[in-house]
Amino acid sequence: MGAQAVSEGTRMVVSARSFADFTPQASFPIKKCDLHRLEEGPSDEALLTREQGLQYYRTMQTVRRMELKADQLYKQKIIRGFCHLYDGQEACAMGIEAGINPTDHLITAYRAHGYTFTRGVAVREILAELTGRRGGVAKGKGGSMHMYAKNFYGGNGIVGAQVPLGAGVALACQYQGNNQVCVTLYGDGAANQGQIFESFNMAALWKLPCIFICENNKFGMGTSVERSSASTDYYKRGDYIPGLKVDGMDVLCVREAIRFAADYCRAGKGPIVMELETYRYHGHSMSDPGVSYRTREEIQEVRTKNDPISMLKERMLSNNMSSVEELKEIDLEIRKVIEDAAQYAISDPEPSLDELCNHIYARDPPMEVRGTNPWVKLKSVS
Amino acid sequence: MASLRSFLQCNFDILRKTFVILFVNVRDALNQAMDEELERDERVFLLGEEVAQYDGAYKVSRGLWKKYGDKRIIDTPITEMGFAGIAVGAAFAGLRPICEFMTWNFSMQAIDQVINSAAKTYYMSAGFQTVPIVFRGPNGSSAGVAAQHSQCFAAWYGHCPGLKVVSPWNSEDARGLLKAAIRDDNPVVFLENEMMYGVPFELSEEMMHKDFVIPIGKAKVERQGTHITLVSHSRCVGFCLDAAAVLAKEGVECEVVNLRTIRPLDVDTIEASVMKTGNLVTVEGGWPQYGVGAEICARIMEGPAFNYLDAPAVRVTGVDIPMPYAKILEDHSVPQIKDIIFSVKKVLNM
Repeated sequence: MGAQAVSEGTRMVVSARSFADFTPQASFPIKKCDLHRLEEGPSDEALLTREQGLQYYRTMQTVRRMELKADQLYKQKIIRGFCHLYDGQEACAMGIEAGINPTDHLITAYRAHGYTFTRGVAVREILAELTGRRGGVAKGKGGSMHMYAKNFYGGNGIVGAQVPLGAGVALACQYQGNNQVCVTLYGDGAANQGQIFESFNMAALWKLPCIFICENNKFGMGTSVERSSASTDYYKRGDYIPGLKVDGMDVLCVREAIRFAADYCRAGKGPIVMELETYRYHGHSMSDPGVSYRTREEIQEVRTKNDPISMLKERMLSNNMSSVEELKEIDLEIRKVIEDAAQYAISDPEPSLDELCNHIYARDPPMEVRGTNPWVKLKSVS
Repeated sequence: MASLRSFLQCNFDILRKTFVILFVNVRDALNQAMDEELERDERVFLLGEEVAQYDGAYKVSRGLWKKYGDKRIIDTPITEMGFAGIAVGAAFAGLRPICEFMTWNFSMQAIDQVINSAAKTYYMSAGFQTVPIVFRGPNGSSAGVAAQHSQCFAAWYGHCPGLKVVSPWNSEDARGLLKAAIRDDNPVVFLENEMMYGVPFELSEEMMHKDFVIPIGKAKVERQGTHITLVSHSRCVGFCLDAAAVLAKEGVECEVVNLRTIRPLDVDTIEASVMKTGNLVTVEGGWPQYGVGAEICARIMEGPAFNYLDAPAVRVTGVDIPMPYAKILEDHSVPQIKDIIFSVKKVLNM
């Protein structure tokens, strides 16, 4: 991982000739995936167009800036409760989204802001949900861990519970014969959960189109993988299910791997397991400084040698696919988007108290809900 | 001779057809309800242990796999947490699963999926994500199955907002409520009773109609009375009616209310009855502490019916112990008809 991948990646293999200022596309060698029960893996070369490069850069940078803004707002006590930040792992969310269709499905755990964005929710709706305002994607009723969108099933607070749910979504895809897949994410901490193995079993038995992905950021809260897992080969933990181990800091690696996995599932071969090796810069959550179980040097090393956004930027710059100025321009645009979104998230009003008891039942007539005492009768509508 | 024979045959057919329609046991009522709903909506499917090729551990799903096949009637491994979660995920993505727990005792392995993944999601998503799922299976005590297989979960699930919790007594309840549950867009916990599966009840032609549904959240007054209200659910409703028949001979007329739904609780029907009779005894199979009866009594205390009570409301419940095995012990662990009669007389100061 790390330094080797960066220098390999910046070496241009194929370049299309162009009269324009920038190179329209280039092919990059990417790290080969370790394979489990697979004869062949994803391609060891990825084609990146200038357009894609800019899009990936913009998306990853937006997620990065959004998470840093959330950090800021949390320290100002404008965001409260749980806040699990995704900075460092952007290549996972971006690579996955780049390799699947909007009609495919995705479910993850609580470190979900990045996926909420890549699945189509605007930054302002995410930040406003974090600040608990009515303009939040869940009207302020869900919070950090409970944001939903079309074909995105959250945001789930209970470690591991999202994995059977994802297998269920895949079952629905198979049942409906729509050729869609479900990407089901979990972390290295969740990887030992029994219900995950129950899901593996049923997914394999019934050949569900489910891509199980372990985002291995090396720590489950404060517990390193070595201290939690008898086997840290998470891509092999599916046993009878084929698996691949992917460089989760390289957006192109992730993209090629997910394309491979999605093709596998769509071909009716059943589920597949992927392990994305990645890293989180923040602690487990905002209440964890993140340095009691790892060194500041380690964090710094990843930032300098293995940052996913820097890696993409270097590739594009050294292949003349963009310029420092253009990327800076994009950074400024993103900064503005984030600032506007933060402004919105701070100034939007909190939900009305009338909302308190709504959304208990779907498609039901209005009903009464008991308040904190017998004289308070509140109204609930669907 | 031929015409006589055909005359007899014709009438015999009518009689037989009428007989079959009129008496249906709870098991068959559930079976027919599922069959009709599977036919009506192709998004409906059933999964659980032994539901397909075994015809159901208690034969409730008999014949369904033969008719609908592997796609819609799915045998699962013995992995409740996994398959309950899979069922909820399928509901997220547009299907309408019926998830069977072989008994509700095993739901404890999956309770996180029922509560945190199913019940709360519509609220957490502010109305974005519906969860049209039915969890069903036998609940409460059976006969000789001992402590780990005899718990009543009405109070546990009835505690949670976002769930509908239904507890049918007879075949009409079973049929109408299961159809309603399957058609409901919310997660429904459907608590059956194994001892009731084989009990036949009369079903009218109207009840046999394929769109016959009983509204969830509405109790039924099974027997009109004037002196005291008995509120119950599931199998104990039958005991209340039996007790009422005995008490009637002594001039005590009991009004028997069949809750049908645990959550949302039909307080209005209970209150109206208590305001009429002035006395209340709740009857349930589950444990007393923090139970269904406790909730009903609390609600009566807090509402207008309190002023009509001539005596404190009391509860008849299962004994506050894990269920023993020996028959004599088991018989004395659950409310019997004599316990109901005794409590009524105590409340009425007889």
